[in-house]
Amino acid sequence: MDVMPKWAEVTLVPLISLLLAAILSALVILAIGEDPVAAVKLMVSGALGSTYGWGYTLYYATNFMFTGLAVAVAIHAGLFNIGGEGQAMLGGLGVALVCLFIPWPHWTIAVLAAVVGSALFGALWAAIPAYLQAKRGSHIVITTIMFNFIAAAVLNYTLVNVLRPAGSMDPATERFPEAVHLPSLHELLAPFGIAFSKAAPANVSLVIAVIACVLVWLLIWRTPLGLEIRSYGKSQRAARYAGIGAVRITMIAMLISGGLAGMMAINNVMGEAERLVLNAVEGAGFIGIAVALMGRSHPVGVFLAAILFGFLYQGGAELALWTSIPRELIVVIQALVILFTGALDNMVRMPLERIFLALRASRSPKSTAAE
Amino acid sequence: MTAPAIELKGISKAFGPVQANKDISISVMPGTIHGIIGENGAGKSTLMSILYGFYKADAGEIYIAGNRTEIPDSQAAIAAGIGMVFQHFKLVENFTVLENIILGAEDGGFLKPSLAKARKSLIELAAEYELNVDPDALIEEIGVGMQQRVEILKALYRQADILILDEPTGVLTPSEADQLFRILGRLREEGKTIILITHKLREIMDTTDTVSVMRRGEMTATVKTAETSPEHLAELMVGRKVLLRVDKTPAKPGDVVLDIKGLRVVDDQKVERLRGIDLQVRAGEILGIAGVAGNGQSELLEVLGGYAHGTGTITLNGQPVELSGKNSDGRSRRARGIAHVPEDRQREGLIMDFSAWENTAFGYHHDPAYQSGMLSNNAAIKAETQAKMDRFDVRPPHPHLAAKNFSGGNQQKIVLAREIERNPDLLLIGQPTRGVDIGAIEFIHQQIVALRDQGKAILLVSVELEEILSLADRVAVMFDGQVMGERMPEQTNEKELGLLMAGVSGDAA
Repeated sequence: MDVMPKWAEVTLVPLISLLLAAILSALVILAIGEDPVAAVKLMVSGALGSTYGWGYTLYYATNFMFTGLAVAVAIHAGLFNIGGEGQAMLGGLGVALVCLFIPWPHWTIAVLAAVVGSALFGALWAAIPAYLQAKRGSHIVITTIMFNFIAAAVLNYTLVNVLRPAGSMDPATERFPEAVHLPSLHELLAPFGIAFSKAAPANVSLVIAVIACVLVWLLIWRTPLGLEIRSYGKSQRAARYAGIGAVRITMIAMLISGGLAGMMAINNVMGEAERLVLNAVEGAGFIGIAVALMGRSHPVGVFLAAILFGFLYQGGAELALWTSIPRELIVVIQALVILFTGALDNMVRMPLERIFLALRASRSPKSTAAE
Repeated sequence: MTAPAIELKGISKAFGPVQANKDISISVMPGTIHGIIGENGAGKSTLMSILYGFYKADAGEIYIAGNRTEIPDSQAAIAAGIGMVFQHFKLVENFTVLENIILGAEDGGFLKPSLAKARKSLIELAAEYELNVDPDALIEEIGVGMQQRVEILKALYRQADILILDEPTGVLTPSEADQLFRILGRLREEGKTIILITHKLREIMDTTDTVSVMRRGEMTATVKTAETSPEHLAELMVGRKVLLRVDKTPAKPGDVVLDIKGLRVVDDQKVERLRGIDLQVRAGEILGIAGVAGNGQSELLEVLGGYAHGTGTITLNGQPVELSGKNSDGRSRRARGIAHVPEDRQREGLIMDFSAWENTAFGYHHDPAYQSGMLSNNAAIKAETQAKMDRFDVRPPHPHLAAKNFSGGNQQKIVLAREIERNPDLLLIGQPTRGVDIGAIEFIHQQIVALRDQGKAILLVSVELEEILSLADRVAVMFDGQVMGERMPEQTNEKELGLLMAGVSGDAA
């Protein structure tokens, strides 16, 4: 039997990890001579204290949901896709092409096309490392990292030489037409009488991200393909025995993963910037790794972890704005969260398992025999 | 009266809620061979791991030659004169015998003096115990029987007086096993104490002086071997009467179901693993493939199961079976009516982290009965798993439990239920009872015979000669990728098969 009840596994472990990361972060803030309590208050009020703060938190969270799901799907197939950053960049290119070169009558149709375009470009960018892994045995971690750099170069070239409007000094596309403007949460919630900050960038992409969470959950746990992906991820030999093709699963899982990472562009490129700029992804591809690890590759976990990291991003920006705590400290706090929830998972898990064992032993004094 | 060479008093060890050893006491006199027998998971290995310092007992005391001894790690066990020969050898393949023997027991920073000293004592040991091994041979170039001798020599070189052997005959041919037992007898004469852990009743009966039986973490009995019988020991192990022989009627072979002609398989290292196999399996018969592990049986199962490529011709009910390309995978084999219970159930047949119901669908997950629309019909799969678990007496009967939480025998029942109930024309089954407790062995054998009696063809691969002889209707012996000969089980014996397994052609003899 599993030593820990499931509820403890999914709630206690991440929460305690988070608490430890928070305590350590507080010590670091103390060490640089600032007040950790005030810092936390500022972060909470900045990120969650107003609809403006929420708007930013959810905007970041939307990005992280897409990239987190991307990493999670690949992890289920036993593949470590570190290329979310590059795939999201290419997804941006897909969105830009869809929005700039096709005249859309209404955003609702445009966003569907953008979903297809961004997913297609992201998936294509993941397809090459996937093919190299499946057919040539080139390790996907190495190739996806390299493809991040290539993606940056491709984007740079395209923006400077192809998509930059004549006469502009800025390596960016021109603004997307007004017809493809995605409604922000302010615009979406106003008809219901809910006042939401006008300035915050959170937009309808959040809904798409949540739908993506549900679809990924269905795919992984409710379809034969999901069973095949998870089988391949758990045991390649068993998959081979069952007739589950290694090349097929590697390709499919990476295409889905890359597609999800690419879809992040709907949020940041189409929803927020409304044009494609250099470095639009801003590291969200890498945060996705932490989100997937913390969320245990489960869509619900990814959803919650994405919101947490959205909070850290927005709260951290507030800290840098209003205190003398340097912006770099935010990176330290985020790193601590990643360290405790991802890498040091066992540090929390093992003592917890021991506690649960002791509890169970005391509850049932007559011990079960060996099986 | 001399003190026992080794004495355990009240040893207990729990892993969480599982009591692996419970108040175990044994005492073994010097110069004897003591057997420890028990089903898988009875706690034998845990007990020996405590003795060798891998685990710390929760309670209990260890006495070596009458002195209370603490064994916190394996160094302490070696210092106390305990040597261990593991089931899976711990040798460096590309080192010589001599280098392996001094590994970890070097004197000083330079190798030369150690090697010279080891060479000298190796010659002495060889003379004393008839343990002849070429000190300069590379491990990878000598056979498993020889490798096992190196393990024994390693222990003796470290001045072991007590030698523990864990399932030592699992990888040996019958004649190699005989040699091993001769060596053990010789060691006993020289006053060494030997603890033999095995699940083979025959070995216990043939070689030991006393035997302890373990069941569910407890020592249920310690008896003099001369005063017991295999049936009695089996009963002590399982806790009820067991049938040691398979109960079956003579086979009524029908048409040829599987016809293999000139099958060859070359592995990734370009080594030819199957070198022209010709075999036939008829409906309603069990063809047993005997042989020492690693002589091509695994490759035969893999190519028939669709996941290794080969050349030659195979037909199933007269229709050709593809041996390479797109239609040569597990899925298309299943569609052709070939079910496969793989040799390694933990790495191939099951996914240990998956629940029993997911494992029940595994391989057959495209079955329309398991779908509703685009989604899996998990409720249907769970219901079917529950029914299968009841029919095959899987314990505990919980479809939600992960495969890793079942015992070996119950894991095998989950695989068997999945494959047999597909009503295949041909069942491939590898090592059906490896790591399976005696009680479940009986049940598994009955299921295989029942499938045969329904007129299905069964290809059985097992390294357990006893299993082949009692279960198969016809026996083919494989050696080095070839079939050395076919025999009828009632017209042959272990000695003849043993020669064939060692590559001595029976037809010439």
